[in-house]
Amino acid sequence: MTTQRISIDPITRLEGHGKIDIFLTPKGDVAEAYLQVPELRGFERFCVGRLAEDMPNLTSRICGVCPEAHHIASTKTLDALFHVDPPPTAKKLREMFYCIFFATDHTTHFYALGGPDFVMGPDAPPEQRNILGVIQKVGMEIAGKVLKMRRDGHNLIEMIGGRKVHPNWGLPGGVSRGITEEQRKEIETLGRDAIEFAKFSLQLFNDIVLGNREYVQLITSQAYTHRTYNMGTVDANNRVNFYDGLIRVVGPDGREHAKYPAKDYREYVAEHVEPWSYLKFPFLKRVGWKGFVDGEDSGLYKATPLSRLNAADGMATPLAQKEYERMYDVLGGKPVNHTLATHWARLIELLYAAERWVELATDPEITGTEYRVLPTATPDEGVGCVEAPRGTLTHHYWTDERGVLTRVNLIVGTTNNYAPINLSIKEAAKALIRKGTTVTEALLNKIEMAFRAYDPCLGCATHYLPGQMPLTVVLRAPDGQVLQTISRTGRHPVSG
Amino acid sequence: MSSKGKLAIYWAASCGGCEIAILALNEKILDVANAFDIVFCPCIMDTKVRDVERWPDQSIDVCLFNGGIRTSEQEYMAKLLRAKSKVLVAFGSCATEGCIPGLANLTNREEIFQAVYCENPSTDNPKHIVPQSQLRCDGYHLSLPVFYDTVRTLGQTVAVDYFLPGCPPEAPRIWDAVVAILEGKLPPAGSVIGTTTTCCDECPRTRSEKKIKAFKRPWQVIPDSSTCLLEQGLVCCGPATRAGCGARCPQVNSPCIGCYGPNEGVEDFGARLMTALASVIDSQDPEEIDRIIREGIPDPLGTFYRFSLAGSLLRRAALVPDAERHELPRPKAVAQA
Repeated sequence: MTTQRISIDPITRLEGHGKIDIFLTPKGDVAEAYLQVPELRGFERFCVGRLAEDMPNLTSRICGVCPEAHHIASTKTLDALFHVDPPPTAKKLREMFYCIFFATDHTTHFYALGGPDFVMGPDAPPEQRNILGVIQKVGMEIAGKVLKMRRDGHNLIEMIGGRKVHPNWGLPGGVSRGITEEQRKEIETLGRDAIEFAKFSLQLFNDIVLGNREYVQLITSQAYTHRTYNMGTVDANNRVNFYDGLIRVVGPDGREHAKYPAKDYREYVAEHVEPWSYLKFPFLKRVGWKGFVDGEDSGLYKATPLSRLNAADGMATPLAQKEYERMYDVLGGKPVNHTLATHWARLIELLYAAERWVELATDPEITGTEYRVLPTATPDEGVGCVEAPRGTLTHHYWTDERGVLTRVNLIVGTTNNYAPINLSIKEAAKALIRKGTTVTEALLNKIEMAFRAYDPCLGCATHYLPGQMPLTVVLRAPDGQVLQTISRTGRHPVSG
Repeated sequence: MSSKGKLAIYWAASCGGCEIAILALNEKILDVANAFDIVFCPCIMDTKVRDVERWPDQSIDVCLFNGGIRTSEQEYMAKLLRAKSKVLVAFGSCATEGCIPGLANLTNREEIFQAVYCENPSTDNPKHIVPQSQLRCDGYHLSLPVFYDTVRTLGQTVAVDYFLPGCPPEAPRIWDAVVAILEGKLPPAGSVIGTTTTCCDECPRTRSEKKIKAFKRPWQVIPDSSTCLLEQGLVCCGPATRAGCGARCPQVNSPCIGCYGPNEGVEDFGARLMTALASVIDSQDPEEIDRIIREGIPDPLGTFYRFSLAGSLLRRAALVPDAERHELPRPKAVAQA
């Protein structure tokens, strides 16, 4: 066979946890691209036999970057499993905790991982295209703001849930402890700071990205546009909610495809298996698996910040709603199928999370002492969903009458996007690499940007931290001989 | 060349929480950066494995290695970093004792593949395709690391100099270890860098004589906020668990789950916890004792070896031919939606 292979071996930030292979046709065009996930842990199997109430703590170890998402999804699953409805204070505490987590997590992604491409520019030298480069360009003041946002968020997560990483707080019917008035005041104060931080971040995006015609052209370019379905959780008014609601799916044209309670997920979503990856590929069951292609006839869907905005009719808080309207005005109406606009949507969600955090911190019920009810029904089966920062997260447990697990199913945030990520990589590679193209570092970064917009915390399915992929690309002849090696830093000699 | 020490940080089968825990050092991160050149750390910089392979042996001063060993690739990295490091630290629960992913040692590769790819209730896989370590796909050769039957700790894979427990280690304890390394005040090789007391010793709850007639599940009782949780009948791992976290979970009314591993001198966490729980049962009647345990602790393995199975004396469920296998609870048949 006369194909060539480009291995984008994410040898550093994703080392051991992800790998891209791009195969070229004999003419030098892109034939296929594979993002392989080389790891599995088997939670769905080894949690069988465990106690249901252990699941918020067991499943938070799926991902240490977003343990709060698993902890809360699992806790909601226990509500369903034990047929218990938590009191209003418990629900509000959980949602507030969750918004604090969301604001913290989105901050990390924008400033450290996704944002540098835009703030520094996609063609900037790699050594500048990182958080330090952002600080140098925008000023030291910003570093203090970002660090404060992260520190405040983690301190509050520990105050409320017990620990900064892997909280131990959720129970069927509520939470293990409420908050005092003194704690509430601190949460409110830091929440108001978070709103200001989110506004500042959107202004930054406005000035640097939207003020630059080239960047806007990049966002709306064909290489980064995929017409897939979009998924997100909505409240009773079809507005974005992270903690609870109905799951809504809209088509590539924006029309509603489905709207359903979490417990019905298996009527709408199925998972496809490929032999070349340990991670599965969810797709919309009623549309069907058609491979790695977009369009109305392909069951691929995205579940990202942008998808949530596309799947909703608006935001439930006033400042975020204004930003929502502005984004769709600038990008030409709903839905937006430009993957890179996910960064913008993420900042709108950051603002919503902060506003909702303060709304809940100032709710009279938030310091209530009724933060738990004891379940009385026999546990049997339950489904729980939340919006994780990286997509709709579903837990599904079956137990015996003692609450010992007999079966477990998990569809994890990033996993939803696994097929679209593969599609995005292939499409970007096809658009950027053609016969005779000299593969440069800057070109590789543009392929990488297709991937990074999803903030792929495949840690949720494998474990790697979401992050920038420093790349090494090896062009090989069919016999394996190395023809060309390009690496981000350019300091690696070609070696066979 | 800088005279600073050379530090490597690597992750194997872990969740990323250990890296987040290091970030939680906040401004002290800068002190670490002043003391060390970070020469290899996949989550923040772009040194390649190929570079590490070329370095002379023992050219890294300290390597903090988190995560257990689940695949062939992780085993390779453990061996490589052992050879290249003067001091290898098993960082966090996964590397130290296997942690939650080590519970996979109750099962095996075949059962995990069956559950995840074939019997899974939302998976559409009529041909029962499972991932292959070597395959040709559409004519292209692709490979995946080999998935082992057994999760091993770092210490079961290579020689480890120090252990830093915790899921994840709390920032003050990480800082203690950094200071000990910088000042050269390290305990003998093979030691745990940590305290020698238990979680109970850090717990602000009041303890008196413990006498219980029943163990209660966390969802069955709302505990008061000042009395020892074990005295209130909850299975709290505090008596067996090494101090270090500040007894954070009991302070939010949740029992200790044992993430800091066995206390100093305890060889097997589960055995120690069983002893502690047995001593609080208020009965002399063997039948009553049996009932109290059976009803109150329906998952003894997950309760006593939640974090420590892979590194414990038990290590794993026996791998025996299928015909002789003592079956674990099997998934119930579920109608496809």
